Amino acid sequence: MRIFDPHVHMTSRTTDDYRRMYDAGVRAVVEPAFWLGQPRTNVGSFLDYFDALLGWEPYRAAQHGIRHHCALALNPKEANDPRCAPVLAELPRYLLKDSVVAVGEVGYDSMTPEEERAFEAQLALAQDNDLPVLVHTPHRDKAEGTRRTLEVVRAAGLPAGRVLVDHLNELTVGMVADSGCWMGFSIYPDTKMDPGRMVTLLKEYGTDRMLVNSAADWGRSDPLKTREVADAMLAAGFGEDDVDQVLWRNPAAFYGQSGRLHLDPGLGSGSEAGSEAGSEAGSEAGSEAVQDYAGNTIRRG
Amino acid sequence: MNEPAREWPASAVRQVEADPHAIHRLFPQAERRGGPGTRRALLRALRGDLAVIRSLYEAGDSGERLAILTALHELDLDGTAVALVEDALRTNDARLVAAALGPYGSAWLSDHAYRQGVLKCVFMSIPLTAVAGLERRFDAELARMLADYAAELRAAGRPVPADVLERI
Repeated sequence: MRIFDPHVHMTSRTTDDYRRMYDAGVRAVVEPAFWLGQPRTNVGSFLDYFDALLGWEPYRAAQHGIRHHCALALNPKEANDPRCAPVLAELPRYLLKDSVVAVGEVGYDSMTPEEERAFEAQLALAQDNDLPVLVHTPHRDKAEGTRRTLEVVRAAGLPAGRVLVDHLNELTVGMVADSGCWMGFSIYPDTKMDPGRMVTLLKEYGTDRMLVNSAADWGRSDPLKTREVADAMLAAGFGEDDVDQVLWRNPAAFYGQSGRLHLDPGLGSGSEAGSEAGSEAGSEAGSEAVQDYAGNTIRRG
Repeated sequence: MNEPAREWPASAVRQVEADPHAIHRLFPQAERRGGPGTRRALLRALRGDLAVIRSLYEAGDSGERLAILTALHELDLDGTAVALVEDALRTNDARLVAAALGPYGSAWLSDHAYRQGVLKCVFMSIPLTAVAGLERRFDAELARMLADYAAELRAAGRPVPADVLERI
């Protein structure tokens, strides 16, 4: 089984997590830029963070056989801090980088005018740079926030197929399904979605445009939740091809729109959506990647 | 992506020759749009402009920094860019560390920094064959440092790498 976690904050996770993720079948991740537990207070703090998402983190992931790409943005919460908002002026040069496959996470947190300005400005940056967009939906007042999110996306003129609206649940999935945007679900131990409810939604809405992520970060979360959903899908009668579509081909197709997504050829890619590279051959290719000199040193000089 | 890839490198080089600062926009996307070797061609078009090379390095991702480090010896910089190599030696990325000890680092790093760099390669499992100019710069102090490290490994019951053994 091959798994692509389309939303996970590996910066906040340990090296052991990478190993456990690899053992569970995770071969690719996208790490979107977001807030840390501690609020940032200046632009330089963002730049070091972006540099880590472009440098150290993909290097660390490769040592464990996992391909790492990122999405970059000013997140909604920190868009409210006038000390942080000027990072918007730095984003254009970052969005040119090879491993940036989307703009994100953008969207609403408290639905302020400042958040909306940053959201709209970054939707324009996505269009300028021919990148898809990962949109966070707020945890408070979620249904209203999701409605307004879809209005902003429509008004920006972005094709719905270039937008992934994330952190959906039973109350918000319907409007996003109707919008034509991709639908993202974060599976958490206590909050957001759980594997059983996710399977119920997959039965009701089908497997097209549906993405499942762990959104694991510095809070109570679990980077193996993607695998739990895959197992729950199989137990509920979904086929292996359905699992591969939701856990691999859908994220590969969505982020593949950037033209910058590079996945291990042994594992297939979004453009070969129908073909089965074979999960066994895939895991061997991944193990070899771990042995590869270029990515193998986990020692520190 | 509208421009055919074969025209992209030549057009990009012309833009940088006309205005060195154009490289800030072109360099990050050069390999995916222009193909392998395009970054090197753009760097040569700078004609040794250290200020631009330095800012390009500082704003670069790992791939861009790697391209700069491996091209430094061809860029007519003499020893003026040694701070970039020293920066790369402070990272934990084996690709950058190995590139820092290429022809440019071998020519311009101080004895102390060069020895520390070689020892760091051993720690990071970078084969010493990747280090440029090792025969020329090898000295008694580096031999002592490697021998001390070998003693540390033996005390811990760990194997001493062959490329260390043959140099002590």
